[in-house]
Amino acid sequence: MQFDGDLAEIRFGAGLSPAVAPPQSAAEMLSRLQGPDEMAQQFPVSRFEDAVTGAATFRRLRRQRRQLDGKPGYEAADRAFREFRRAQNHARYGWHGQRLLRHVRTRDGLRERLVLFWADHFTAQGKSGPTRVLAAPYAESVIRPHVSGRFEDMLIAAATSPLMLMYLDQNRSAGPGSRAAARRERLSGLNENLAREVLELHTLGVDGPYSQTDVRQLAELFTGLTLSREEAFVFHPGMAEPGPETVLGKTYGGGKPQLEQVLSALRDLARHPATAQHIARKLAVHFISDTPDPALVSHVAARFQDSGGDLVQVYAALLEHPAAWEPQLRNVKPPFDYVASACRALALPEARIADLRPGQLNRLLLAPLTPMGQRWEFSGGPDGWPEEDAAWVTPQALAARLRWAMAAPRRLVQPLPDPRGFAAAALGGFANERVMFAARAAETEAEGIGLILASPAFQRR
Amino acid sequence: MQLTRRSLLARSALLGCSLAASPLVTPVSFAAAPWDTRLVVIILRGGMDALDVVQPYGDPQFAGLRQTLSGGPAAGAADLDGFYALHPGLAPLLPLWRKGELGFVHAVSTPYRDRRSHFDGQDLLEAGTAGLGEARDGWLNRLLQQTPGTHARTAFAIGQERMLLLEGAAPVSQWAPGAGLAMNPQAERLAALLMEDDPLFHAALNDALELTRQDMSLGLEEGGGDGSEDSSDDSGMMGMMTAPKGEAHTAIAAYAAGQLRGDSRIAAFSINGWDTHYRQAGGLKTALGRLAETVLELQSGLGPQIWGKTAVAAVTEFGRTVRENGTGGTDHGTGGAMLLAGGAVRGGRVLGRWPGLAEADLYDRRDLMPTADVRRYLAWLLHGLAGAQKSGLEAGVFPGLAMEEDPGLLL
Repeated sequence: MQFDGDLAEIRFGAGLSPAVAPPQSAAEMLSRLQGPDEMAQQFPVSRFEDAVTGAATFRRLRRQRRQLDGKPGYEAADRAFREFRRAQNHARYGWHGQRLLRHVRTRDGLRERLVLFWADHFTAQGKSGPTRVLAAPYAESVIRPHVSGRFEDMLIAAATSPLMLMYLDQNRSAGPGSRAAARRERLSGLNENLAREVLELHTLGVDGPYSQTDVRQLAELFTGLTLSREEAFVFHPGMAEPGPETVLGKTYGGGKPQLEQVLSALRDLARHPATAQHIARKLAVHFISDTPDPALVSHVAARFQDSGGDLVQVYAALLEHPAAWEPQLRNVKPPFDYVASACRALALPEARIADLRPGQLNRLLLAPLTPMGQRWEFSGGPDGWPEEDAAWVTPQALAARLRWAMAAPRRLVQPLPDPRGFAAAALGGFANERVMFAARAAETEAEGIGLILASPAFQRR
Repeated sequence: MQLTRRSLLARSALLGCSLAASPLVTPVSFAAAPWDTRLVVIILRGGMDALDVVQPYGDPQFAGLRQTLSGGPAAGAADLDGFYALHPGLAPLLPLWRKGELGFVHAVSTPYRDRRSHFDGQDLLEAGTAGLGEARDGWLNRLLQQTPGTHARTAFAIGQERMLLLEGAAPVSQWAPGAGLAMNPQAERLAALLMEDDPLFHAALNDALELTRQDMSLGLEEGGGDGSEDSSDDSGMMGMMTAPKGEAHTAIAAYAAGQLRGDSRIAAFSINGWDTHYRQAGGLKTALGRLAETVLELQSGLGPQIWGKTAVAAVTEFGRTVRENGTGGTDHGTGGAMLLAGGAVRGGRVLGRWPGLAEADLYDRRDLMPTADVRRYLAWLLHGLAGAQKSGLEAGVFPGLAMEEDPGLLL
């Protein structure tokens, strides 16, 4: 079992495309990953710090509307608020289109896949109207710059990101003994949410060696991580619980509360052997199979540990292991990846996305993900999307995929490619006889394309 | 394998046979169901705050634990029995309480302790085992596995949400209302051919096609029409690519009632939104409103006769901290409560042994102390509704559970 270009693009990349050649080697994949981020430049998505200002505008317009309720000027305020909200939603659709185009055009598919993987690992989403659109900017600014860096830097970026602080209620958590608690009743409380998820999901894993006491201590250590009035991250010593905290047997702080004590604990958690194991297993499950070879997981975990969480070395360990090249396609693509790889196989033109009005883009490419089981950017919780294949192949989710595969391509690409040629372009060496037969036997071109996209050979990777 | 058009047609005749043999397809209607009562299980995901829903205002400690959250009749909750009061968000269900068709069990939990993770907590609630990782299937599925005469329509998981509760070796149905798959016969045959050698896809496809046919015959399939400006020639396929409109929870309840009026005996689905770390007053009111609407939709959809033999059980992965946190909410706890509704239920009571709220009475000095395993009550429901034997319940459905004496949940 060894490197294969088609398999590399299908399993570790964005899927096969008639317009972009697959990689020639694992070394090429890793070198592109460490090179310039061409797709981010070509198809920009708003940076988080720019997008977050929209949240303040949203709140201001909403407040103005409330203040004018029943008074003259209400209608204008109401219109201004609604128009802004619609503009925000349209911006979100636009970012979705840009992210899809990156998948369609990239020669660096591993990068796009890793952004999706890590944005899911560090799931953060807006829980309220003003912040609902921020998941893509979060992935852009907080996750994307770190996918080829060190794990601890990504952990720190995610755990101190305003969106994460809001999502897991950290921004309002104050130490019971803090100055803020003494001054104001509203802020008298500790909230364990972020501390718990950092241990359970982001680092050690739910089976990791931590106790409820560690959760509580880490929550006390995290007090002070909060937001400024402009919704930027700040460390606010007045909210921090005084005194030292002990997490996993190691004591942090004790003097004046400082951000550095929190970062130090995060670095220790990032370098913990349980974290290496947890991340290695997650990568193997995500890229290779729901039941990965234990030897592969150990190999990747050892590299994570030895390299201090240098992620490029971790990916290299994954790509050099023979178990990564098992030719049988296993994992079912989640809905976003399914739609993105279909657009790539169709060589969806940039101009077509540019021509779509925001509502059309939503109806064609974003809203259909929900009945497929993936309400995009709003997973059920901080654990993100499931990895088990069976979670994505339920009758209703599969029906939604087929509906999309049959109806959407002709609206995206005119004229449609000949199904026989399309089967080869979309599946390369994985176009089996059943697929070729369906491509020939379909009654219409649209059905032929839809059937190829519906084949297990295209839905697995 | 050589495929030709002729062989495809020959094979699709074979496929037709295998489809007919599939547990989902029986010629005219389903075999008689193994029992006549109806059970609806609702998973309340996120950890419902039992102390705010069924408020123990008669406990002297209660008032001091919470500052912004409502407490007792003085704060607008309806008195139930002089000790407990009902959160205003469930006020629409008070007529059921008065008729004895609504009840609660307080201070219950699964065996899950200390980690307080939603995901593990829900997995254990749905697996029905004593510990995590002891079973890969759900307890409702294991009930079906050990009951003769059940078929794929006996139990229905409804909605887009994954329901581990019903996953397992026994065939069950899962569908989201209005999610149909209308393809022409040739495309259907080719899709079946493509998926034939991939069991996961093949089973899901057959089920989707069958459920679509049923939707059509029940008139439940909502056609296209999403106001899309490009009206087109593909029979509403495009409009149906997006999620069904409307209030999902009432659509799900209506669909559940429709299936339970027919050959189904069990329906399961979830209602999310119970994770109230922050400003619980607003969040809990919304979630309780959904729960109340769901129960009332089931009642009206089933009609008086079937509602009379129905039990609805709503359970959650864990309760929440007895003290309010600093952000007007509560954090993950241990002891919680379950809701029971339906004409088959002996309601109008809050069951369960009350542990008290003094610091020494709490679990870990922070959570409501569970005084009973929620699986005990679920097991007695299954015993009474589906005639499941105690031995099978204690060994197979809820392994290692001691059911003890009958709490008398049913009439």
